[in-house]
Amino acid sequence: MIPYDFGAIERALPYLGEGMLFTLKLTAFAFVGGLVIGILLAVIRHIRVPVLDRIVWTYVTVMRSIPLIMVLFWFFFLVPLVLRKFSPEGLSVSVSPQLTAFVTYTLFEAAYFCEIIRSGLLSVPRGQYEGAKALGLSTWHAYSLVIVPQALKAVVPIMVTQAIILFQDTSLVYVLSLTDFVGAASKIAQRDGKLVEFYTFAAVVYFIVCSAFAELADYLRQRRQAKSDVRAPTPIAVTAAS
Amino acid sequence: MNPNETPVVELVSLTKRFGPHTVLNGVDLKIYAGQKVVICGPSGSGKSTLIRCINGLEDIDGGEVVVRDKHTGVRYTKPTDIRRQVGMVFQSFNLFPHYTVLKNCMLAPLKVNGADREEARATAMKLLTKVRVDNQADKYPPQLSGGQQQRVAIARALCMNPTVMLFDEPTSALDPEMVKEVLDTMVALATEGMTMLCVTHEMSFARRVADRIVFIDGGRILVDASSDEFFSEAAHPRVREFLGQVLAHA
Repeated sequence: MIPYDFGAIERALPYLGEGMLFTLKLTAFAFVGGLVIGILLAVIRHIRVPVLDRIVWTYVTVMRSIPLIMVLFWFFFLVPLVLRKFSPEGLSVSVSPQLTAFVTYTLFEAAYFCEIIRSGLLSVPRGQYEGAKALGLSTWHAYSLVIVPQALKAVVPIMVTQAIILFQDTSLVYVLSLTDFVGAASKIAQRDGKLVEFYTFAAVVYFIVCSAFAELADYLRQRRQAKSDVRAPTPIAVTAAS
Repeated sequence: MNPNETPVVELVSLTKRFGPHTVLNGVDLKIYAGQKVVICGPSGSGKSTLIRCINGLEDIDGGEVVVRDKHTGVRYTKPTDIRRQVGMVFQSFNLFPHYTVLKNCMLAPLKVNGADREEARATAMKLLTKVRVDNQADKYPPQLSGGQQQRVAIARALCMNPTVMLFDEPTSALDPEMVKEVLDTMVALATEGMTMLCVTHEMSFARRVADRIVFIDGGRILVDASSDEFFSEAAHPRVREFLGQVLAHA
């Protein structure tokens, strides 16, 4: 006879739901924000814009060298200090933990996306850029219409992995005293003394969401593959007629 | 060709270096409207570099490139302006694989010329029909054969209504059975009066279509002669030698 009370989960669903909502919001915001900024940073590095290139390189290297948990701490404690120094009349500035979380995760992801997308940009053949320029497309159009779309397509699998990691990393917000899904599950588990039930539930939910994500990416990739399948060689008779 | 006419493409003392190696050494060349000029020469002679300097795909280290609009006669020296007058067809086609054939052809007119969508589509279909790949309009480039892709590339360049068409070894990457369909397309284009500058090893094509053949060796133009003169017995010994090597494989 299993002495576990899984019914407790049902009772706690609303609270768990709130936690999950926060997790999803944070994941979505950081992913999209990180992607947009990441593309910009990647292109700056790829084109080698004179001064910005070095700045971006420094930023990316630093962000990727420090664990997320420390970046969260530093941002939460250091930024108010810095702002206080620069604000008029030493106004008391406080940065909410929510703002810290959203901004920090976005900036953190941007650094990783920069490198991922940069590898995508490097994989696009130089001829694509030349073809675009030869047609008279501006550098902006050449990149936004021709190069970047191909670079992104090339790195979709890695991006999905990155999204899954981000989804799991959101659990670190506990250091800012914020409650995400795992945080919610954890709190109730400890309050009610039902660790096994809630942690199992949390694990199952994570598993379902992450594997669904991976399956979706696979499906998208296969669909794209089918659309642009390379044609098999045709016999001479057919070629002569075309 | 009236020599008093102003040239549509003019290269003045064109110089290009790759590190310590000088690939083009003060090249002078004038191309007049409607001329079909073939540029040939041994490997490494600078022929591809020459045409890539014309539309600014390579930066110039000395000299000047001037292109004149065939309609307005306006003179352009900046690469961004020159590219709107010059169409280019590459050895590796360089079609955009993530757009349909039709979209490939519509993109530049829409974004560079600000053309109306319907107008761009109509022009694209007209030119795709001309090169006989209109039935592939909704396919993606990787789904087409090499010969079809190159013909799409020609149509795509023509959609911008260029003054001059540059060809950089357009058939070198094609399987032999597809070379003819592309050359035929280029011949048809030539017959319509397009000014063409073509780097190629296809000497039979050169003989058929070219008004002038320019032979480059070691970064300099050695011979700039009519097609007849070029292939005659009286040609420069270096040319005889080159033709001997190239035609031996034909």
